[in-house]
Amino acid sequence: MAELLEVRDLKIGATAYPPGEPPQDITIVHGVSFTLQKGKVLGLIGESGAGKSTIGLAALAYGRGGVRITGGEVLLDGEDILALGGSGIRDIRGRRVCYVAQSAAAAFNPAHRLGDQVVEAAVRHGVMSRSEAWERAKYLFGVLGLPDPDSFGRRYPHQVSGGQLQRAMTAMALCPGPELIVFDEPTTALDVTTQIDVLAAIKRAIEETHTAALYITHDLAVVAQISDDIMVLRHGNMVEYGSVQQIIEEPKEDYTRDLVSVTQTLKDEAPDQSDSLLRIDSVDAAYSGDFKVLHDVSVHLPRGQTLAVVGESGSGKSTLARVITGLLPPSRGEVIFKGAALPPEFANRNKEQLRQVQMLYQMADTAMNPRQTVRDIVGRPLTFYFGLRGAEKTRRVAELLEQIEMGKGFIDRYPAELSGGQKQRVCIARALAAEPEVILCDEPTSALDPLVAKGILKLLLRLQAETQLSYLFITHDIATVRAIADSIAVMYQGRVVRFGPKSKVLSPPFDDYTDLLLKSVPEMRLGWLEEVLTTRRMGSAGH
Amino acid sequence: MKWRAIPLSAWIGIVGLAIAIFCAVFAPLIAPYGEREVVGDIWLPMGGDFVLGTDNLGRDLLSRLIYGAQTTIFVALAATVLSFSLGVMLSFTAAVVGGWTDQGLSRINDLMMSIPTLIFALIVLAVLPQELWILILVMAVLDSTRVFRLGRAVAVDVTVMEFVEAARLRGEGRMWIIFREILPNTLSPLLAEFGLRFAFAVLFLSTLSFLGLGIQPPEADWGGIVKDNKDGIIFGIPAALIPGAAIAGLAICVNLVVDWLLKRTSSLKGGRGDG
Repeated sequence: MAELLEVRDLKIGATAYPPGEPPQDITIVHGVSFTLQKGKVLGLIGESGAGKSTIGLAALAYGRGGVRITGGEVLLDGEDILALGGSGIRDIRGRRVCYVAQSAAAAFNPAHRLGDQVVEAAVRHGVMSRSEAWERAKYLFGVLGLPDPDSFGRRYPHQVSGGQLQRAMTAMALCPGPELIVFDEPTTALDVTTQIDVLAAIKRAIEETHTAALYITHDLAVVAQISDDIMVLRHGNMVEYGSVQQIIEEPKEDYTRDLVSVTQTLKDEAPDQSDSLLRIDSVDAAYSGDFKVLHDVSVHLPRGQTLAVVGESGSGKSTLARVITGLLPPSRGEVIFKGAALPPEFANRNKEQLRQVQMLYQMADTAMNPRQTVRDIVGRPLTFYFGLRGAEKTRRVAELLEQIEMGKGFIDRYPAELSGGQKQRVCIARALAAEPEVILCDEPTSALDPLVAKGILKLLLRLQAETQLSYLFITHDIATVRAIADSIAVMYQGRVVRFGPKSKVLSPPFDDYTDLLLKSVPEMRLGWLEEVLTTRRMGSAGH
Repeated sequence: MKWRAIPLSAWIGIVGLAIAIFCAVFAPLIAPYGEREVVGDIWLPMGGDFVLGTDNLGRDLLSRLIYGAQTTIFVALAATVLSFSLGVMLSFTAAVVGGWTDQGLSRINDLMMSIPTLIFALIVLAVLPQELWILILVMAVLDSTRVFRLGRAVAVDVTVMEFVEAARLRGEGRMWIIFREILPNTLSPLLAEFGLRFAFAVLFLSTLSFLGLGIQPPEADWGGIVKDNKDGIIFGIPAALIPGAAIAGLAICVNLVVDWLLKRTSSLKGGRGDG
């Protein structure tokens, strides 16, 4: 078998700029080696900071902003591309090795038509003439399942959806007929129902064109569907390397085992109670006049339980949270808390009402003032609601930090000096400081790595068991819902299409949307993608 | 804070400012001659009894410069601080409250800015009595329109951040949101602007003095000294260039210090040192 790509002992360094200290040289990839055969797909998987994107880009002999390849060899067809000069590298990039970025929306130039951008590399490299390239682009649009392949290329990036844009970007990478494509988390930013289409299209396209690929992702279930081999990375080191089957079914290393088992159920469902702490009663809501985002939404949340609100982006689930907090007064219906209706606008609520409903945000970065220390961030609700000051406040902040498993050593840190998971924990501490009855969690784990997210979920559940907190948990991730929910509301286009206890919502008979949603969630087993596609095809054939 | 962490450029700025402020505070003690005292022939060369020579009336230039530092720095600093207080308060209020308040304040600001500053100042100063505090107030109000534009632009960006939303949902008052949540996050551009505005204030004061509506002779200020001696340039006499250089030096020193403060505050956010 011919080795298309061989990476030997790859070392990559960068310069770090720790605040208040002189710049330091750090190593971010410590000698990684692997090989990739023609037409095969290798999945690179790991948490953020594992070096997976950096290694992927090294296959193009490229180091992103300040990153330097400091050692090792990258052999493409036996030739060390790291040793090539500028023009040699340029000849390879975009012709023999192509790249598909995570955010297609940011990677396309909005001022040019899609087709012109798709054929550009092939034409510039002289692989084919412009008309030939256009023909190939049309063929690829067809293979990738894009609507109306003949005219698709004449559209501009803003005229197509996110999933279509990602497929167009794959077409752009495939157009010059490269030997290797580097996919850098191509489906991470997409909804689950869209992700499955893009995944299937990518799989079909690389099979049909016999292109080899490096597929970078943090989602093991996704990579299991598309690759032949998997390499698990952590902190710039290789943890485990093997076939998909071996990694999924019999992982050797503890870390891989953690990754595989990350989506287990953490909590059994609590019995439904009739008296609810929070009740949303036939709420309609609209932004700026006529654009209605919520239609007749009614859900309720008993004390000490978790209500998961699940749906894809644009389904109105975050808007529901804005209605409850009073940021967006409903145009009809009301929010009933502890048996009494809350004033629709937060400005009209009293301190006590505000205190009892706290909020957790998806991006912990922007949810904390970067100029305040942990002491100020967590301490402010203590001063504001309970009048704590001085030593008493410090003692309570330290107590809260213990409660979120961080310890008082963090008390004088700024948010920039915390990791993603720690930031979210500090946000939890800030919410807890107000001693609320209910916390609205707006996708608090979706920006985090799976293992870190699991830690946060466990913390939330422990706090719930200890203090009878209630959560309204907004998410698009069914695995998270399974793990923590007592009851579930499925939202689609601003309506609640299904609401009830977890066991009922997640068992048949399903309505159409819930069925699609549940079937679109990648499962961590081989052949899942084919199965889903087959049943879908049969379904559409039956219509 | 460690002394050693201060870069060389900041040291230059600090030393320059320290000298200027020292001169301003202790002017009567260190000036070799009086402010208005005619001590020799006009436009005497440098050296001898007069380190920098004499001016167009035969007054000692060094003494005039030292006394001039007093008025120049005091007026420019007071005007800049005042204009920032005013501009920041109004612009942040506009950004936080939004709606009609924002529209009203912003349009009034546009109206003020549509009249050329110098002409506006000349008219207002010609009508009002010639007193120092009025001069400072007029300079501050006119300058605050620039601060308002910048302040509103940066504050609007910060206002939509989730931590501000979190503070609002906590029930915090407007003053807390403006001064504790927004102000610390807009300090970088505001400090940069402060350095620039201070330099402009010195120049503006000099312009006004030059036109006869700023500091009134025989009181010394750096712009005024330039004006007094400008005719000497034709005869190759450098008396006008020295106060000019002092203005430039002061502006540079202020900016060196501000640049360093900027780096210190931006590194708190965890940004790269050169932010």
